[in-house]
Amino acid sequence: MKHLKNLFFLALLIIATQLGAQNNAGLKLPEGFKATLFADTIGSARHITITKNGVVFAKLMYPNKAGKSIIRLEDVNKDGVADKINGWGNYGGTGIYVKGKDLYATSDNDIYLYQLNEKDEVVNPLSPKTIVKGLIAKNQHASKSITLDGENNVYVNIGAYSNACQEKDRTPGSKGMMPCPILDSAGGIWKFNATKENQVYGDGKRYATGLRNVVGLDWNTKTNSLFVMQHGRDQLNSFYPSLYTDAQNAELPAETMYELHEGDNAGWPYVYFDPYQKKKIVSPEYGGDGKKEGGENALNPTVFFPAHMAPNALLFYTGDQFPAKYKNGAFIAFHGSWNRAPLPQEGYFVAFVPFKDGKPSGEWEIFANGFSGLAGDEKVTNVRKVKSRPCGLAQGPDGSLYVSDDARGSIFKISYTK
Amino acid sequence: MLEGQFLKLATLNNNLIKMLNNTLFNFIIMMAKQLSVVCFFILFFTIAASAQDLVKGKKIFETRCLVCHQADGGGVPNMNAPLDGSSNVVGNNIARLVKIIIGGYSEKVPLDGYYYNNVMTANPDLKDADIANVLSYIRTSWSNKATKITVAQVQAAKRKK
Ligand code: HEC
Repeated sequence: MKHLKNLFFLALLIIATQLGAQNNAGLKLPEGFKATLFADTIGSARHITITKNGVVFAKLMYPNKAGKSIIRLEDVNKDGVADKINGWGNYGGTGIYVKGKDLYATSDNDIYLYQLNEKDEVVNPLSPKTIVKGLIAKNQHASKSITLDGENNVYVNIGAYSNACQEKDRTPGSKGMMPCPILDSAGGIWKFNATKENQVYGDGKRYATGLRNVVGLDWNTKTNSLFVMQHGRDQLNSFYPSLYTDAQNAELPAETMYELHEGDNAGWPYVYFDPYQKKKIVSPEYGGDGKKEGGENALNPTVFFPAHMAPNALLFYTGDQFPAKYKNGAFIAFHGSWNRAPLPQEGYFVAFVPFKDGKPSGEWEIFANGFSGLAGDEKVTNVRKVKSRPCGLAQGPDGSLYVSDDARGSIFKISYTK
Repeated sequence: MLEGQFLKLATLNNNLIKMLNNTLFNFIIMMAKQLSVVCFFILFFTIAASAQDLVKGKKIFETRCLVCHQADGGGVPNMNAPLDGSSNVVGNNIARLVKIIIGGYSEKVPLDGYYYNNVMTANPDLKDADIANVLSYIRTSWSNKATKITVAQVQAAKRKK
């Protein structure tokens, strides 16, 4: 009897996993794409990176139940599901980036460098080199994301520890500080030498400023330049109900992509980008009324998206596996909004923007959806109940796209077969 | 129900009245009858008024708190703390709750084991009655089933600092 029961559960399990494989791990994908659940419940997986051998590393926001915060995942039998998983590290963080046998990982203050051996196993789990230390991390926008260029430089986001640089943060009626003092040490991208040890602020350079918070960033090897996704400001309606309705706040400001060069300024906190007027509008904390234009010297976005969707990862696709349309285009993982409430939330998907000759060549579209676990096109209204929130992106050596999720702790592997 | 019982009592007493034929007693009965009606209205209004507190509390929640804590009180994981199911929200440390509402909150200490990264807006302009109402609302909504908070409790909490 007991055996029968076990057999029954085994059968159920097999059916469930088969269904899982058939239904693309619950994701909705364009024709010809398939997904597997590469890993599940590994912890709050923020960014991911993949070696030339296909070994995946994930950085966890907090150490998982086993007390590890950098997870190594390998798919030894090549069935699309990681079968060898271990980890190390005891500090939370977001950034992780592999270049050859150099593995970079970040805490909210520091950038560390680990060495991998020929099997892509970590050689010095307990004694990484400290590349950069002492970066500002206050309660808000503290996570540090990183990417490298082709010339031994590492770019790190230092998010502004504020919503709109008010004298008192997120306080109705509090004015914006002029100039915003936060921009001296945060609210931008900093550039450091990728191999020099123990660097502090003074050793690096503020590469670009006026960026409230960037989580997704990538070096575009076609344009040889840095691209970033900014998280736009919150709560226009909470603080300025006479200027912005709930419905307007839900759509303002746009989430924006910028191509950055040294010395660029994206305008935060003085202006925000309005996707309807398609203009940089003066922030109400700085005397704006929802119409007044500003930011003459600030960048215009390369692409803009609906408000508050929280772009947490950016990846330029250089693989050959996906159809030609995807080559050199941008994938963006949208973590999903909360500041659209009381209206329904948006995001919780991976979007795609086609690029040609280093410029967007078409409208953005949803590439992978269904992470929230809701049926059909149902919109998220209870953020707490969302199953998966896309947070990291990485490209495998075979051209597959991996998506990490920090809510349930899964990694999805998306592949194309003709 | 109250009146029903009273009527029962009244018929019982009617016999008595007949027996005694006492006009004074008749008068007392009448007074009692009226008193019961008054009592009924007082009861009705206290229930209605207390529902009114929650309606007012809900309104404050919707205009000032919902954006972060969400309609279901569930908050946003890692970002905005949940109020539904929070041991602190239904707990006895009223002074702490009052302080959070007035001054905002960003301590980055674990709440029921989790950290939250956002900064809660301060509400220095809320009146004591508003604070009592919104606290009553969050303590009795969703799955929360704690006691409501009175204006006197808010004032006591403020004195405590
Ligand atoms: C800008 C977003 C925001 C708004 C608006 C907001 N809160 Fe909060 N609230 C938070 C965050 C974030 C925390 C947790 C902060 C921390 O852990 O450091 C919090 C914590 C709390 C707590 C403590 C919870 C616990 O478990 O100890 C209470 C109570 C609370 N909020 C009530 C309210 C009420 C009532 C309102 C409206 C009057 C409100 N909040 C408005 C973001 C917000």
